[in-house]
Amino acid sequence: MTIEVLMPALSPTMEEGTLTRWLVKEGDAVKSGDVIAEIETDKATMEVEAVEEGIVAKLLVEAGSEGVKVNAPIAILREEGESDADVKSAASSAEAPARQSESRGQEPTGDEAPDRAQSASGSSDKAKDEGGQKARSSSSLKDPEVPEGTKMVSTTVRDALRDAMAEEMRRDDAVFVIGEEVAEYQGAYKVTRELLQEFGAKRVVDTPITEHGFAGVGVGAAFAGLKPVVEFMTFNFAMQAIDHIINSAAKTLYMSGGQMGCPIVFRGPNGAASRVGAQHSQDYSAWYANVPGLKVIAPYCAADAKGLLKAAIRDPNPVVFLEHELIYGESFDVPDVDDWVLPIGKARIRREGRDCTITAHSRMVGFALQAAEKLAEDGIECEVIDLRTLRPLDTDTVVESVKKTNRIVCAEEGWGRMGVGAEIAAVVTAEAFDYLDAPPARVHQEDVPLPYAANLEKLSLPGVDDIVKAVKTVCYAE
Amino acid sequence: MAARQSGTARKASSSNANAKSPRKAPAKGAAAGPGADAYIGWYRDMLLIRRFEEKAGQLYGMGLIAGFCHLYIGQEAVVVGVQSALREGDQVITGYRDHGHMLATGMDANGVMAELTGREGGYSRGKGGSMHMFSREKQFFGGHGIVGAQVSLGTGLAFANAYREDGKVCATYFGDGAANQGQVYESFNMAKIWNLPVIYIVENNQYAMGTSVKRSSSETHLYRRGVSFNIPGEEVDGMDVNAVYEAAKKAVEHARSGKGPYILEMKTYRYRGHSMSDPAKYRTRDEVNEYRDHKDPIDLARKRILDNKFATEDELKAMEKEIKGIVQASAEFAQNSPEPDPSELYTDVLIDA
Ligand SMILES: Cc1ncc(C[n+]2csc(CCOP(=O)(O)OP(=O)(O)O)c2C)c(N)n1
Ligand SMILES: [Mg+2]
Repeated sequence: MTIEVLMPALSPTMEEGTLTRWLVKEGDAVKSGDVIAEIETDKATMEVEAVEEGIVAKLLVEAGSEGVKVNAPIAILREEGESDADVKSAASSAEAPARQSESRGQEPTGDEAPDRAQSASGSSDKAKDEGGQKARSSSSLKDPEVPEGTKMVSTTVRDALRDAMAEEMRRDDAVFVIGEEVAEYQGAYKVTRELLQEFGAKRVVDTPITEHGFAGVGVGAAFAGLKPVVEFMTFNFAMQAIDHIINSAAKTLYMSGGQMGCPIVFRGPNGAASRVGAQHSQDYSAWYANVPGLKVIAPYCAADAKGLLKAAIRDPNPVVFLEHELIYGESFDVPDVDDWVLPIGKARIRREGRDCTITAHSRMVGFALQAAEKLAEDGIECEVIDLRTLRPLDTDTVVESVKKTNRIVCAEEGWGRMGVGAEIAAVVTAEAFDYLDAPPARVHQEDVPLPYAANLEKLSLPGVDDIVKAVKTVCYAE
Repeated sequence: MAARQSGTARKASSSNANAKSPRKAPAKGAAAGPGADAYIGWYRDMLLIRRFEEKAGQLYGMGLIAGFCHLYIGQEAVVVGVQSALREGDQVITGYRDHGHMLATGMDANGVMAELTGREGGYSRGKGGSMHMFSREKQFFGGHGIVGAQVSLGTGLAFANAYREDGKVCATYFGDGAANQGQVYESFNMAKIWNLPVIYIVENNQYAMGTSVKRSSSETHLYRRGVSFNIPGEEVDGMDVNAVYEAAKKAVEHARSGKGPYILEMKTYRYRGHSMSDPAKYRTRDEVNEYRDHKDPIDLARKRILDNKFATEDELKAMEKEIKGIVQASAEFAQNSPEPDPSELYTDVLIDA
């Protein structure tokens, strides 16, 4: 085995340096700790020590060379008894520009290694998106087939969510529900209705009003292998706990080099309710969707709510599951099949059309569909995409659609700045620039905290008319 | 300071009848106890809150008030008793069950009711609603929707008092449920390290939504929650306005004299549901009736007034009628005040600088 000696980084900011002089020559024997060269960094002159024993087979960089990149091979050591041929082949591969492994001579382990090497060597933005989650194309994800003749059961979103939790709790003892008023009160919005009766107080746990505390307890339990479903009475109160959602749940897998999985679901109503004022009416979609290490789901209909919540509970990662109080009571068909689980990360085209794409999630999907209906009367056919999952975001479906329609309106309930629509507009602009016939348009809440007064609240929140108007604008149909 | 701290609400109306805060403290008659003035004042203030809240409940039922609306009925003695122990300039802060606190600080009934209906004449010009009202003039700092948040904020108000050495005390109210939030204890610790002039008033009405104190608290005597921070605490009969006043007086003096925070656990009870939409299945009718029929703070004060001949039945009747008038007028004001101008949507996000 030959050993490469790499240009070391001698300070955190050093990217390259000058190799001022060699203190050994080819043929010298060195042992670990011997000073072999002097290097000038951006800060100081430093000595380079050998870290292995061997014979200096070849010096790859001349003394006095400037701009030697950190991690570039500078010399080759050979072990006692190795041949020149070994050294030659090692030397020629060492001179190739792309290095095989980032990890300083360590053997690549596991199947992740090739991926890593690929992204390190400058693959496209797209592959790097969302911590590599996007590397797999969404076209491989499919909703399950609903067999011909399957009974459809009209179900409220509220009950669909409840059924999802109940089914997963029946299936897996490790699943439990924890939060304020989830048990005896049957849920502040009755989403956990009757779970206490079926599963008992051990698995349906009422907490004090201590969001930061119980979110942390949930994350700890998930580290230990349980699968908590943490209900926030509303996501407004999850701001008390966002440190645990992000610092503890989302980042720990990464920080532990993949050891500390956190199979947890944080769920509850998100976004504006009705007339409850600014502190109780925020849409956090963009906040959570910004964070690597989380999955973020925001369903619209009951079937999606059920299938995606079941998927979320089974997912080994922390999932933020954003519901909407104002659609809890709406009914939709849910297929009556044994185990209705949907893929996370797959958008759903809810209406096909050739003239303009509309993206939306959660309650806005309903508005987008109504807007499409209205626009159809004027001869404008919209394709409505229900994003369903915000992270990973199914950009393939959106980009494909825009390639067909050449126009897009991104609708969301929350504030527009740095929002979900902004992200989609950026992706579409990057990936379908040549197909666009108009700049992407966004529909979102006014850039103010949500007011209480009835008239102001209405003016502040986006609705059907705003979507219609935006579509007409991008279609130059005003 | 804020350019518009005295907005339309203050000008729009002046029912004035309750604009005399903070009330005169009871005369210092050694063992004599509080006199006629004090009792009549307390009675009047409690009754105003009761009638106001009943009216708010009605307007809610008529669809004129929306969203969350948390009524204070049953707890009146707490805020009225504490307020009478405060001095002009002392601050008050609480959560979302806040209508009583606003009236007790002398905020105008019309402005409060018009905020409940989301109208221009409301204290926040319709933009805050039931849970979010403020009055710099009356040193009422809200009106906060996030359970427990007001405890840190109130501690901060007291920090400012200590910083300025202005002798003010901040009365910080929170519920038995809020008492379990982590930031409460972070605040307690700082308040004691720095001996801040704050009194913490735990309004223990025994439930946080549907969760009883027993189910939520490992230490159910909430006045003991300061023990590990070296903050003295005391349990008080929150249905007896005089007991509240006496305890608050002591606590306020303690805080004002530089000895730091003080905790008062007020044992009280809310008669209505948590908010308007609460079915209140977690407690029995009998339990509610027990308080309503036998421990009502307003009945108790009325009885003491009559027993002590502080006033006659007729005088009280006249007062009750007058209060009815104030409340009725506030309801009319709140319905006739226009909705805020659409341009208000964009104001008050930032101060122009
Ligand atoms: C951080 C946070 N969590 C949850 C809520 C929802 N919520 C509003 S009031 C309340 C109960 C509070 O009870 P308590 O502190 O006893 O006050 P009370 O309502 O009895 O006056 C809850 C859980 C909230 N507003 N803020
Ligand atoms: Mg309470």
